[in-house]
Parts: sequence; structure tokens; C-alpha cells
Amino acid sequence: MYPAEFDYHRPESVSDAIKLLQENPEAKLLAGGHSLLPVMKLRLAQPSALVDISRISDLKGVREDGDTIVIGAMTTYSELMGSDVIKQKLPCLIDAADNVGDVQVRNMGTIGGACAHCDPASDFPAILLALESEIKSVGPNGERTQSSSEFFMDMFTPKLEPDEVVTEIRIPNVSNIAKATYIKFAHPASGYAIVGIGAVRTNDGNVQLSVTGSVPIAARLSAVESEISGKDLSDDNIKAAAEKATEGLDFVGDIHASDEYRAHLTKVYARRALESLK
Amino acid sequence: MAVTRMFGASVKRREDARMMTGRAHYTDDVRRNHTVHMSVVRSPYAHANITNIDSSEAAQMPGVVGVFTGADLVDDVAPVPCAWLLPDCNLKVPEYRAIAVDKARFVGDPVAVVIAEDRYQAEDAADAVKVSYEPLDVVTNQEAAVKDGAPQLYDDVPNNLAFQWKLSGGNFEEANQSADIRISQRFVNQRLIPNAMETRGVLADYNPGSGSLEVWLTSQNPHIHRLLLSAVTGIPEMNIRVDSTDVGGGFGSKIPLYGGEMIACGIAKKLGKPVKWMESRRENYVTTAHGRDHIDYVDLAATSDGKITGIRVEAYANHGAYLSTAAPGVPTWLFGTMLSGPYKIPNIECTMNGVLTNTTTTDAYRGAGRPEATYLLERMMDLLAKETGLDPVEVRRRNFIQPDEFPYTVATTLQYDSGNYDAALDQALEMVGYEELRKKQEDLRSQGRYLGIGFSTYVEVCGLAPSSAAGMMGFQGGLWESATVRVHPSGKATVLTGASPHGQGEETTFAQLVSHETGIPFHDIEIVHGDTDRIPFGWGTYGSRSTAVGGSAIVYASRNIVEKAKRFAAHMLESSPEDIDFNDGVFSVKGSPERSKTIQDVALAAHLAWDLPEGEKPGLEDSYFFDPTNFTFPFGTHICVVEVDAETGTTEVQKYVAVDDLGNVINPMIVDGQVHGGIAQGLAQALYEYAAYDEGGQLLTGSMMDYCVPKFEHIPHMDVGRTVTTTPVNPMGLKGAGETGTIASTPAVVNAIIDALSPLGIKHMDMPFTPQRVWEAIQERKGS
Ligand SMILES: Cc1cc2nc3c(=O)[nH]c(=O)nc-3n(C[C@H](O)[C@H](O)[C@H](O)COP(=O)(O)OP(=O)(O)OC[C@H]3O[C@@H](n4cnc5c(N)ncnc54)[C@H](O)[C@@H]3O)c2cc1C
Repeated sequence: MYPAEFDYHRPESVSDAIKLLQENPEAKLLAGGHSLLPVMKLRLAQPSALVDISRISDLKGVREDGDTIVIGAMTTYSELMGSDVIKQKLPCLIDAADNVGDVQVRNMGTIGGACAHCDPASDFPAILLALESEIKSVGPNGERTQSSSEFFMDMFTPKLEPDEVVTEIRIPNVSNIAKATYIKFAHPASGYAIVGIGAVRTNDGNVQLSVTGSVPIAARLSAVESEISGKDLSDDNIKAAAEKATEGLDFVGDIHASDEYRAHLTKVYARRALESLK
Repeated sequence: MAVTRMFGASVKRREDARMMTGRAHYTDDVRRNHTVHMSVVRSPYAHANITNIDSSEAAQMPGVVGVFTGADLVDDVAPVPCAWLLPDCNLKVPEYRAIAVDKARFVGDPVAVVIAEDRYQAEDAADAVKVSYEPLDVVTNQEAAVKDGAPQLYDDVPNNLAFQWKLSGGNFEEANQSADIRISQRFVNQRLIPNAMETRGVLADYNPGSGSLEVWLTSQNPHIHRLLLSAVTGIPEMNIRVDSTDVGGGFGSKIPLYGGEMIACGIAKKLGKPVKWMESRRENYVTTAHGRDHIDYVDLAATSDGKITGIRVEAYANHGAYLSTAAPGVPTWLFGTMLSGPYKIPNIECTMNGVLTNTTTTDAYRGAGRPEATYLLERMMDLLAKETGLDPVEVRRRNFIQPDEFPYTVATTLQYDSGNYDAALDQALEMVGYEELRKKQEDLRSQGRYLGIGFSTYVEVCGLAPSSAAGMMGFQGGLWESATVRVHPSGKATVLTGASPHGQGEETTFAQLVSHETGIPFHDIEIVHGDTDRIPFGWGTYGSRSTAVGGSAIVYASRNIVEKAKRFAAHMLESSPEDIDFNDGVFSVKGSPERSKTIQDVALAAHLAWDLPEGEKPGLEDSYFFDPTNFTFPFGTHICVVEVDAETGTTEVQKYVAVDDLGNVINPMIVDGQVHGGIAQGLAQALYEYAAYDEGGQLLTGSMMDYCVPKFEHIPHMDVGRTVTTTPVNPMGLKGAGETGTIASTPAVVNAIIDALSPLGIKHMDMPFTPQRVWEAIQERKGS
């Protein structure tokens, strides 16, 4: 529980942060530290330096950009939950944030950090996928915006260069969201998702569903989506659609919950999430 | 003695302000100049020969003061002692080196230590110590370990069997042959990990000038640790001070003396510098003693009308790689003797195999032995109810020892002090609304829902214990307790106790006792504990003994103070002691209450000693050593109501009712807290907690991310009630409240879940009832 030695930098701007990352190839960005520091304490990660971007004010806060809601990468879960814009327009993010860890974790952990970490059991990737969000990052060659489904590439592996900084999470077409939610079957010890389901119904009758926890990296439940989209959310339709929740997905298991059990829960939670979209 | 306000009052815990505002002095808070820090190099293998240790690189690293292997310290620190030497069971105590020499026997076994100027440097250097291992075959399961051909941990412990202990009363074989009903069931009582909030640690400071050693230690029993540290380091007992004033929980895990603490003391002496070591949470998981881990084969014999005629248990206890300090006593005396529970069972037989495996040591864990006995007995009661078609309540009632039968000697020879088991059961049934619940259960079942009601009518043994019993059981210590009550000239008092509270709240309850007895205001009474340089010898806190035994010593010392003060007051009032009334700290002449002296007046006069009564000595102080004549036997009924979500396997506790009989209660709020916490811990065993090893002996649940210590959201609302049946064993008529919750709750929860699932034909499942396990069981039944 004692990390190896490291240097600490606190740049004032994103461009300074990128410079530091280029100068120190073994360095890592530090956001809320609530994923990174635990692995450093176990010495599973031993970065030569930490580049702390958590206080760069440009990276904080929630704003509206037309019909898009923009969340600064260094916005903490607590700040997100306190945002009036989020309360009014995207309360499903409050459902999701409320599910994360405990008060201390929510006070420190950031949305950008959660995205960049790509933890297969973390909550935000799922809800951000269901919302068809985009993730904006800046690197030495300028900025780019990727869809969340591109960005969440694999377990602990975002589509990101080592010297690239996530700056914004963008949720487009907010006025088209009719109803959205996030529900979770948590592991009792860690609190992380054994299964988490993000679910969105749009005004034009589309249903967008995503899963985290039971799969190697958060993913859309496309078989369910195509089964239910455009249809009535009747009990029978929901049941039939939820049965398809495991189609096309590989499930992961460990001592806490086998792959078979997680697959089963994915169906159950897909159904429950669809029911709450009614 | 009239019961005044203090005895029975829910006084707020005076220790809390200190603890909750960061002003307590836990071991890690203690600072000494020039302290060096220890880090432990631990075996990554569960079983391996240590072929080479190369510390040359580590020794050169910044801040490093020294690197020590087991071989380096063989002459400085004797092996870790086992202090419960069970007689007549072929006990083999294998050599338990504080740092393994030649062979490591569990993942986490120390192989070397690094001493450096700070902990970070020590950890860096520990990473650089190169140890070569030759891995050996591993055995982690106790049933596997005793089989022929299993890997052997020691040359001189064949089949890894440390002891085979037997106890019997009556004749089970005969009872079994003539029984109408025979029920057999195997139970796994899984391994648990204690998780005290403060991990273990030590700061050892040796003064080469005086030859004395000061040790700040996370201990539940500082005097036992002083005695053992003296034995292992060779430093005379009077030259060792152990200070464990503030300890952040133990649950039994801070009873044993561990290698880490011994090494720190040995090295402090070698270097002449204070040495500090605090476990990390990760180390705590792998090296602090675990609890439970039994496999019990149970046979029950009964008549067709549900009367139990006999019970036989053949069991295997997993002791881990070495025998920890109190380990052999836990699955034997604290388990086998309790197999009668609250029931009249004339024939009892118990065989306990104490087994060594390549796992962390096990020792006492809250309840220690009694939860295991209660669990299997309460499960068997439900199986008997099923077999006879009787209600689980009725089958229990038919077997209860009756109120007029106390003191009652059970077949295992314990003599129960007092009890009224039906009274507690009746109250609990009323609180839970039993009849309504059964109706509700029927309704829900018809809708395909799974509601279950579970009972645990338990009795436990605590207030450990008569010292003569300790001797008979092979416990290498006494079990009396000491107290000194010292009234100062100002009339304020200091109380020294040998009990060693570490979170239970005795700084409050003990002050209540003294205030109650002497009339000295609560806030004028200081309770001193845990520091061997200040307190008289005492045996510490475990087995729910602190108040029943330590509190008794305090009461008797207080009464002696009052007696002496009465003689002084009589002298001051020109009267005679027989003519003095004593009430609320005031001595007055019978019939003329205006002629009075307060205990504070007397305290001053006794210290000034200008005018002593004939034959009296100055001062107002008394020391008392109390050795109880018997244990105490708290009892009660816990009822748990659950609903199981068949779709996910999740158990929701809907109601929890606990009616405990703890005799008289000094502070109801503190006792409620003990009951709540105990239930949370016992419920966690039923639903959440388990230690898992893989085949290679790696602990798979070695962190709070994997091992579920229940959180607030996991703990249901509890309705707590009490009946009061006093005990004649001590002057307060109280029994002990520290462990009942843990002992009673586990089977109540399990019985409720099995009751819920019974429409599926499920009669038994082993703990913990994780959602997956329950879901799988349901799938299996529904499929078939
Ligand atoms: C006790 C506990 C319980 C938790 N429970 C949950 C839970 O229930 N659900 C859940 O989803 N999560 C949970 N978490 C994780 C928590 O949400 C983390 O805070 C979050 O996943 C990571 O955010 P962070 O700001 O702490 O990132 P950090 O730990 O600081 O960083 C994580 C990784 O992302 C990189 N990084 C950070 N910011 C950027 C950026 N802007 N650009 C590029 N890379 C970046 C870092 O270099 C690092 O590799 C828990 C954590 C703890 C300690």
C-alpha cells in the first residue's frame, strides 16, 4: 500500500500537460486519482511522474452548446450531480453518478477519468454509450472528437494516445431524449457493476441500450435495440427483446459472479431497464 | 443495593469524542525520536522451500538500516508461542518461527524484514530482496489435508493433524440405535476475515541503558502479550511495558501474539532504536488470524415427537499453517461443550480434528466456537422440524431446558447458571407478528414468491471464566480479573482495570458502575486500562468477559471503599458504622440525616489522616481480584424474515427481531450497539463474507474490493428487545453482551432463506448465500 517513488507536476493548462507527457514517456495523467492511486499503492502501476490536471479550470463544469450538453473532463461526480442543467435535462446521469462508490469517491472521481480508465465494471461508459455521447480529446497534433463506441475500445484501453488528454464529454440531441435511466446490480464488496444497464428512449421511438460489468468493455445491446425500436413497450415486446440481450456478446466471469450468471443478469436487467422506459 | 440512576442509564460513550475527532492515540499515532520502520518480505508461495535470500542490493538502498532473515534472528526471538495446550488429544505444536526459516507455509509467511529510516524506503528495499523458492505441493482444505498422500507441512505432524480432541457425555451410539428419527447433515462454516478498523501494528522502543522495552501494541490483552514478549525476547517481565490504551477493534484477531510484533521488539533491542511496523490492509488480509473454517458432520437422533435424544459431531477445523496463540481452544472447548444449546440433549459426542494447511492461521473471531456450535444446532432443529412436520417454534419449545431446572448441567458438563428460554421466544414471536407472517407467506407462495422466516434460539457461554476451568482446558493463563479503585484527596477517583476495552465502551460503563456504587459523580471517575505500567495484572478482553469479570472486580473494590469510608464517616460523625446510612455518596446518621458527610469529605479526611479512626490506615483505595465461580450463559431468540428474488437470487432481509437475555444491563444504549454490530457481523457471514483460496493457496478475497464487509446499505433495520434473567455468578447479575449478536444471527438468516426456498424442495445449502449461489440452486430445482 506504499507506492513507488514518482515526480509530481501540476500544469496550468492542457497544452502544458501535453508537453509534460511528451517529456516524460513514463508519466501518467492524474485526475481524481480514485482508479489510478489504488493500483499505484499496490505497485501494479509505477509511473515515473504524475501530471495532475484535476484543477485545470477549463476542464471543469457543465455547459450547453445548442442541443448538446458538454461536461468538462475534470468535472467530479458530485459537481455533475449538483448541476442544474443535468438535473433538468439529463437526470439519468444523476442515477448513474449516484451509483458510483461513496461520497468520497464521488467528490474526487471525475467523468473524464472514468472514461479514460475504461474499467470494464465502471458505470459511466454504459450510460454514455446509450446516450450516443462523444468524447473530445487534445493531443500534440490538435483535437479530435470520437464517438463513445469508438472510444471505449477494450478493457482498460481507450482509443487514446499516451500524450492525449480527454477534455470534454459531449451529449448531443438532448431534446430528443424522451426517457433515460441507468440501473445496476452491484458487487456487494466493491460496489462496481456486476451488471449495469444504461437505457434511452428517444422521441422518435428509438431505444438505445448498453451494458457494463458483465462484458469485457461497455457495449451497446444492439440485438435488443433492433428488436424493440419502433415498437410498443408492452410487456411481451419487452420480454422478447430482453431475451436477446446476450446476443453477440462475450461475457466475463470471476469468483464473484460467473459468466453464465452475468449473462442471465444482463437479460434480467435489460428487461427491468426497458420497463422503466415506459 | 438500590439501583440508582447510573446503573441502567444510556449514558453517552465518553470515549467517542476522543476517537471520533482524531484525538485518540492509536499505535500508529505514537511518535518516538529516531524511529526506524519495518517492512516485511513475504512468501508469494503457499508452500515452498526457501533456497536462497540475497539482500545485498536491498542493503545498499537509500535509508536502509538492515535486512534480517529468519536465520539472522533465531537467537534473538524465540518461536511464536501457542498458549492453549489442549490436554489428552495428542496435541502437536509445530515450530512457528516469526520469520520462516528454510520453508514458507502460507502466502504471506514472512521470509525477511527490512529496516529503513522511513516506510517508503523500507518498502522499496523489500521489493529488492531476492528470494529463491522451490515451490512444494499445496493443501488448503482441511479434509484434503488429513488424507494419506496429502502434502505435509511438517515432518513431525503426520497427516497435518495437530490434534484430535474428543468429548462425550451419555452414550450417543445407544441413543442413535433406539431413535425414531435420524438426521445427518454436513455443514461448511466458511472461513472469515476479521477486518478490525485499525490494522495490527507495533512500536517497540528499547532502552539499552535501563534494559527496558516499551511497546505500543494493538492488543486485546496487554498483560498476556507482555508475558509472552518476555518469554520470546528474554527481557524480564518487569522491564517490559505494553501500552494498548487505544485500540481500533479486534473481534478476537488481536488476542494472539504475532511474529511481526515479536520481530519488531527483537530488532529494537538489537539496534537500540525504536522500530515501528503497521500492517497495510493487504497484509492484514493475509497475515492477521482468520476465523471459523469448520467442516462439521452432524448426526442427530430424536423421537418421533421431536425430542432430541442425541447429537454427534465429527468435525475438521482448519488452523492454517501454524497454531496461533489461542487457536486450539476455539474449535474444542468453546465449541464442543456448547453442543447442547438451550436444549436437553442427554447424549452428546464430539470429535474435533485440528488440521494444519497452507493458509493463514485461524484463531478466535467474535463468538469463537459458539457461532459454529449454534449454527449447526439451529440448522439441525429446522431439519428436525421438517422431518417431524412440527413448526420450528414448537420443536424448539419441546426441547428447551425449563426455567425451574436451573442450574442445569448439560451432557457436556457445563452448568448453565439461569435461563427462561420460552420467555424470550414468546416476546420475539410477538414482536415479529409470527402468525400473520405465516399467513403472508402462504399468500406470497401462491403468487410464486419466496418469503422465509428463520429462527435461532441460542444460548452461549461467556464471562470467561473460572481460572480452574482454564487450567483444566489447557489454557496457559488464569481468567480472573483485577481492579484498583483509588479515590484521590479531592474525592475524584481513578479506576485501574485489567480488562482491555478496544471499542466496546467500558470507559463509560465502568465509570457508571463506580458511580453507582460510591456516589462519586460519573465525570469525576477516570477509567485507566491497557497500559501495563499503570494497571494491575489482568487477562484482557475477549469471550464477553470484561464486564462480567472485570466489572465485578470493580464493584467489589468499590464496595470495599464504601465500607472503609463508612467507618471514617462514623468516626467523623461521632457515631458507629452500624448507625450510618449510605445513599448517593452521602453518609448520614440513622434518624438524623442532617448529620452527614459526603464521600468527598471522607476522602479528604482519609488522606489528611489528622484524626484516624482506631486501627485504620490512611488513604482510600482498594484492589480486588475477582475469579468467577462459573461462566455466564446469555440466551435469546432471533427471528429473521427474508424474501428471495428468484430471478436474481438476491436475499432481502425484511425484518429482524432480536430478543436477548443478558441479565441486568448497565447501559442499554451500549448494549444495543453491541447487539446491532454483532448481528451485522453474523448476518454478513450468512450473506456476504467468505475467504476463498485458489488451488495454489493464493487468497482470492484479499481486499475490501473482493471481501464484503457489510456496509450500511447491507444492514437491515433491527428490532431489539430484552428479557431479564439475572445470574447469581456475579454481583451485578449480568451476563455479557459482546458476542450474542454474532452467535445468534447467522443461523436465523440461513434458516429464513432455507424456509423461503423450501417449496422448491431445498433443505440445506452452505453459506454464504450469495445471489449467484441461490440463483443456481433455484435453477437446478426448477430444471429438475
Ligand atoms: C472505493 C471506490 C469505489 C468505486 N466505485 C465505483 C463504482 O461503483 N462505479 C464506478 O464506475 N467507479 C467506481 N470507482 C472508480 C471511480 O469512479 C474513479 O474515480 C473513476 O473511475 C476514475 O476517475 P478519476 O478521476 O479518479 O481518475 P484517475 O484515477 O485519476 O485516472 C484514471 C486513469 O485515467 C487517466 N486519465 C485521467 N484523466 C484523464 C484525461 N483527462 N485524459 C486522459 N487520461 C486521463 C489516468 O492517467 C489514469 O490512467 C470507485 C473507486 C473507488 C476508489
